[in-house]
Amino acid sequence: MIFQRFYRFASPQHFYHLAVLLTPWFAWATIILMIVGLYGGLVFAPADYQQGESFRIIYIHVPSAWMSLFVYVLMAVFGGIGLIWHVKIADVLAKSCAPLGASFTLLALVTGSIWGKPMWGTWWVWDARLTSELILLFLYLGYMALQSAFDDRRVAARASAILALVGMVNIPIIHYSVEWWSTLHQGPTVSKFDAPSIHINMLIPLLIMALAFKTYFASVLLIRARSEILEYECNSNWVRELLTKTD
Amino acid sequence: MHTYWKAFSVIFSRDVTLASRCRAELANPLIFFIVVIALFPFAFGSDTELLRRITAGMIWITALLASTLSLEGIFRSDYDDGSTEQMVLSGYPLTLLVAAKVSAHWCLTGLPLMVIAMLTGIVLSLPTDALQALFLTLLFGTPVLSLIGAIAVALTVGLRSGGMLLSLLILPLYMPVLIFSMVAVENALAGLPIDAELYFLAGMLVLSITLGPIATASSLRIRLS
Repeated sequence: MIFQRFYRFASPQHFYHLAVLLTPWFAWATIILMIVGLYGGLVFAPADYQQGESFRIIYIHVPSAWMSLFVYVLMAVFGGIGLIWHVKIADVLAKSCAPLGASFTLLALVTGSIWGKPMWGTWWVWDARLTSELILLFLYLGYMALQSAFDDRRVAARASAILALVGMVNIPIIHYSVEWWSTLHQGPTVSKFDAPSIHINMLIPLLIMALAFKTYFASVLLIRARSEILEYECNSNWVRELLTKTD
Repeated sequence: MHTYWKAFSVIFSRDVTLASRCRAELANPLIFFIVVIALFPFAFGSDTELLRRITAGMIWITALLASTLSLEGIFRSDYDDGSTEQMVLSGYPLTLLVAAKVSAHWCLTGLPLMVIAMLTGIVLSLPTDALQALFLTLLFGTPVLSLIGAIAVALTVGLRSGGMLLSLLILPLYMPVLIFSMVAVENALAGLPIDAELYFLAGMLVLSITLGPIATASSLRIRLS
């Protein structure tokens, strides 16, 4: 029963219509949460006693850093589903995840670097978190390069799914090795924020922003997946009907 | 069990024989290694004190690059002449045959590379403790490089932009090996124990022995489908 329903939505046509239905909901949620979160973060939250106003970049930096890892895991899970059960939608979703995750990672790196300038005095330090984020970006870039290296979509999807799964096994190892390396090499750097000591008025906007990033990701993912599906299925009847209908 | 072992040894000895028929190709990674090592003094100056500090690092990075470049050809000729298809159809587990190929490759390039690396370390007067640590990290580390690298090679075999793409895929995955090895060598230089790093490297070796060939085999299957 559940599996039947699952398979129904896993068919590209049904998923397409579901995505059309869901996209505006996620988009509106993003707009509202973004406005509330940014107002809360930039106006309502008190300035930090040490870092002053410049700490407010966490409302972009931290959610995008969270998203960067979350999207990679999601991408590997979709890749695995596509690899094992040959679900076309999972392939499409995994492929659509990659550029989004890479952009989140890049955003986290850039905002971290901008934040680092007043805090550390340089744009870049080989801090453990920045370094592992950089390696994560390399993993995303490798995935995207492999995706685009094949002409056949099926092969591209399955090959890059393997790469994503290998990367997934490696991410914890990379993370802890980088941490290991940085504690031995340079002593404690400025610890950015020790989780529990954050003020509640700072934390609530941060959580709202994290939610906003999630819904933003969901809406853009659905839009990307829709265009992927149309390209994937461009020879099937329902796509042709859909396109002639809108004309 | 017996037939599996036979299949493994057949593939292994086949690869060794093939490699011994064109010795020049076997020597290339080693020459590459020495040439790259010789580049470092030109970049950093001939200051002995500075060079001694970075010797272990440059040996490891050069070994990393040499192993990446030499791995590139591991499946190519089989893929081109259809041997890979025969292996898939042979009825033996592809995982096993892939493991045989990777271990043959490591014996043919990893081991000589280790010898050359140790010689380089001795010539560049690395202290004995560091040499020992370098040997152990290379012993545990280079098979990991071969096993992880083989996955990416299987994914990119026969592609137009093979070499560049391969490095882009492999090098981020190599970073933990490099990190633990370098920390171990540095600890040895400072007279500290290196057990923890070696255990990590051994753990990664076990993990890549168990999972690497499976991923490589399924990558090859995908490429052939």
